Amino acid sequence: MALKGVDLRVGDTHTERLVEDLTRTQIVQYAGASGDFNPVHTDEVFAREVAGYPTIFAHGMLTMGMTGRMLTDYVGDGRLTKFGARFTSQVWPGDTLDATLTVTGVADNLVELAVSTVNQDGVEVLKATAQARVD
Amino acid sequence: MAVDRFPIEEGHIMMFARAIGDDNPIYHDRDYAASTECEGMVAPPTFVQSSNQFDPDYTMRPRTGRAWFGSGRTPTGAGRDPRGGGRRLGGGLHAEQRFEYHRHPRVGDVLTATKRPGKTWEKQGRRSGKLMFRETVTEYRDQNGELVITATGVGVSTERPVDRT
Repeated sequence: MALKGVDLRVGDTHTERLVEDLTRTQIVQYAGASGDFNPVHTDEVFAREVAGYPTIFAHGMLTMGMTGRMLTDYVGDGRLTKFGARFTSQVWPGDTLDATLTVTGVADNLVELAVSTVNQDGVEVLKATAQARVD
Repeated sequence: MAVDRFPIEEGHIMMFARAIGDDNPIYHDRDYAASTECEGMVAPPTFVQSSNQFDPDYTMRPRTGRAWFGSGRTPTGAGRDPRGGGRRLGGGLHAEQRFEYHRHPRVGDVLTATKRPGKTWEKQGRRSGKLMFRETVTEYRDQNGELVITATGVGVSTERPVDRT
């Protein structure tokens, strides 16, 4: 269901829960699918004893992938023209993430979006902008 | 640092969508996908990151006959980094990723990926000492040589692990 530019207003928002109580298994699943087997994401012993982290943590690209789902749910499939994200804080097992987009502009059949994904403590873990084609 | 053949495959898209918790049937139901505006299965927005699966030299995947730096009998299969932190063994952290979609990859496409270095810069971090940023630009082209996605990744190396906040 593609969006219609005439229906969009600057300031419109859309929020989705991306994950509740992120599991280590989902992080492993992402490692398998993406091919990024960096042990800081999947190997508790390595993460703690060698890399010096309190535990393993999610791939930034897992958070971006989940945030992308919120975007495609809103703009429709195959509609994104740009999606750029900064990973502003790490995502740990047990985290619950919510992503919100805000319409920042609509012109020439393109919608501009600002995106923020936060954890259960309100800490922003990903900050992004995106652009999509609208009808 | 190049991928000669990155086939966009149905099963891979299904597994990737599962991993990001995306139940959208366009990623696992051919008939549904054919009925959409896309007229077939397309890749999720961040899918091309998995082109590493097809990079023969990718270092973040265990390879037969070679020591892997993750744990086995001991916490790491590689020499402990005397400076601590994951910057060598963990290969640095991913700070930023940008995708520009010229079109979205579809099942049946066979892409190539070429990488080139972009900008580099330094910054003083609040929680992890000096931060060194390095940009890599990857161009994904299809079987006709047409540009499909331009991806820019920014990696950051830290002097010490980031504290858990």
